[in-house]
Amino acid sequence: MKRILLCCILCVLMLPLVSCAQNDENTLYFLNFKPESAAAYQEIATKYKEETGVTLRVVTAASGTYEQTLKSEISKSDAPVLFQINGVIGYAAWKNYCKDLSGTKLYQHLTDPSLAITSGDGVYGLPAVVEGYGIIYNKEITDRYFALSGRATSFSSMDEVNNFEKLSALVRDMTARKSELGINGVFASTSLKSGEDWRYQTHLANMPIYYELKDKNIDISKDDLSNISFIYQDKYKNLFDLYINHSTTDPKLLGSKQVADSMAEFALGQCAMVQNGNWAWSQINEVSGNRVKAENIKFLPLYTGMAGEENQGLCVGTENFFAINSQVSAEKQKMAEDFLTWLYTSDSGKDFVTNKLNFIAPYDTFEEVEEPSDPLGKEVYQWMNKEGVQTVPWIFSIFPSQNFKTDFGAALLQYAQGTKTWEDVVSLFVTRWKDEIA
Amino acid sequence: MQRSLRKYAWLFLLPTLIAFVIAFLVPFVMGVGLSFTEFTTVTDAKFVGISNYIKAFAANSDFLNAFRFTAKFTVVSVLSVNLLAFILALLLTKGLRGTNFFRTAFFMPNLIGGIVLGYIWQLIINGILAARGVDLTYSAQYGFWGLVVLMNWQMIGYMMIIYVAGLQNIPHELHEVAAIDGASGWQTLKNITLPLVMPSVTICTFLTLSNSFKMFDQNYALTAGAPGKQTQMMALDIYNTFYGSIGQEGVGQAKAVVFFILVALLALLQMRLTRRKEADV
Repeated sequence: MKRILLCCILCVLMLPLVSCAQNDENTLYFLNFKPESAAAYQEIATKYKEETGVTLRVVTAASGTYEQTLKSEISKSDAPVLFQINGVIGYAAWKNYCKDLSGTKLYQHLTDPSLAITSGDGVYGLPAVVEGYGIIYNKEITDRYFALSGRATSFSSMDEVNNFEKLSALVRDMTARKSELGINGVFASTSLKSGEDWRYQTHLANMPIYYELKDKNIDISKDDLSNISFIYQDKYKNLFDLYINHSTTDPKLLGSKQVADSMAEFALGQCAMVQNGNWAWSQINEVSGNRVKAENIKFLPLYTGMAGEENQGLCVGTENFFAINSQVSAEKQKMAEDFLTWLYTSDSGKDFVTNKLNFIAPYDTFEEVEEPSDPLGKEVYQWMNKEGVQTVPWIFSIFPSQNFKTDFGAALLQYAQGTKTWEDVVSLFVTRWKDEIA
Repeated sequence: MQRSLRKYAWLFLLPTLIAFVIAFLVPFVMGVGLSFTEFTTVTDAKFVGISNYIKAFAANSDFLNAFRFTAKFTVVSVLSVNLLAFILALLLTKGLRGTNFFRTAFFMPNLIGGIVLGYIWQLIINGILAARGVDLTYSAQYGFWGLVVLMNWQMIGYMMIIYVAGLQNIPHELHEVAAIDGASGWQTLKNITLPLVMPSVTICTFLTLSNSFKMFDQNYALTAGAPGKQTQMMALDIYNTFYGSIGQEGVGQAKAVVFFILVALLALLQMRLTRRKEADV
């Protein structure tokens, strides 16, 4: 009797050790990269279950921890079937787990095949969305500026600002008259706190690297990427200097500023411009006491002083690609494929994509009437379709690693604080790139 | 009874043993094994010999820099935490009014998590430095002393409680005898109190030493290495190597193994040294 009792106790004690994996045949495990889309995906899961009977299990990794979560989840017996990679480098890290998607229905619908992640003849990542970024400006404030008399600039509307020279003249003159405009600085603070510096170490750095690759004729899907020499560093410096010297915050204090600070300054009308992408709309909109009207939010491309940049558009691309786990059963892979097809081609799926996920979807199943509803998304859409304007693709997914970006960001901060020279920043960029590209 | 106990001892030990094996032994052995491989996920690894260890020390000097910074930090904080905690403990065993209140108050910071404390102190220090027109990320000196202050703030209360317990265990008669013999306060402290609290000193130095050496979340939240990587401690460096670079997981793992050996060696050495000083009562 005692022995049985003991056994029972032991069994109970060991219960927590037995994992309760939900390895259901009819469940599709999706590991989501975008925390801001988590709620929308839950709704999608409910709808999908209703329509097809398949349970979509969406797990969302906390912001900035996707790689960690994926690393631990994918080695479990119940591994994610559908997951996301962030581009060429993400593919390099996960290539043993990425299934070739060239035969999928969804790939046939992709409007621009160059958006997908390819290697050899295979297609390993399909874009979930296209996003755009540039300089967001508040038209109300620029209009106020253009209404002033005795301006030092010769042009009279933002539409005429189409290169760095004009942008710089505008910013300088606006700074000189900031009290009349009722702002603390033209640009929102350049958030250079570690982890909050991606707008500069990644997004802005996209520009010089894009032009360098173009000059050197480098194909990112097959050529050697280790010899990047940051030849357009002076162009990068142009715009970066403009940001840090004409912002609401003293350059020495930028190390404690976060993206949320910058967006709040913009939303409260304390500054006229901020560099960010269309995803920032919700952030601007949610700030309490928001004084920026939706119809006054406009985009300006990142003019850095390149020759011929009058035709340059916004940076449009994505770092959000769907990949299907090649190491799970064929049935599971088929389920993931079916889900993607449903999401981007069926009416109810498409409705979620445009209205709940707020994605600009790069698939031909979407018609123009389904263009995005938020002001920044609209702007991106308009810039993409502007006559004679060349959008700049997102090249930064080839940046070697997070460590590279972190180090570059830290160097930018030290430059802003005056403890590092620009030459040091440039040489750090080049050497760290080589170290990390491996 | 004796015999049946012996007979069934393994049964009683089993749950703990299983838990120990699953939660400690297996991951540890796997971890050491993985440091000799190249891997992305722990179940899919390729043996590469000791190249990870070579890379850990050669690739860049981050690891060695982190080691130097950590060592400096450990020395300073072990000394300051123990000194201040001991002084506080002495004051709070004198039977002053409000002793209980002060003991609680000093212990409180220990109950707050490192990340939260890190952010709170970041705000405070940035607020102070704003007067000079800079912030915490401006110089490694600020980061270093910020970390020391934070460590003291968090650990002093805990160490103080241990010292208080040690001090209260000293038989009252010894102090009385010393007083009758005409020993000064300093002499009593040096010849009676200190030797008798040596066991507490052992525990406290061990705790502060290993905690300072292994510090991660406070470092992560307060400076995150800024400026550059100058205030990056070893644990943070390992974390960044593991998660921040593509294909460097093995190197991170190798660094972690080196780190483990270092911490174990230091702790053993320190135990030896202070044990010798413990008085037998």
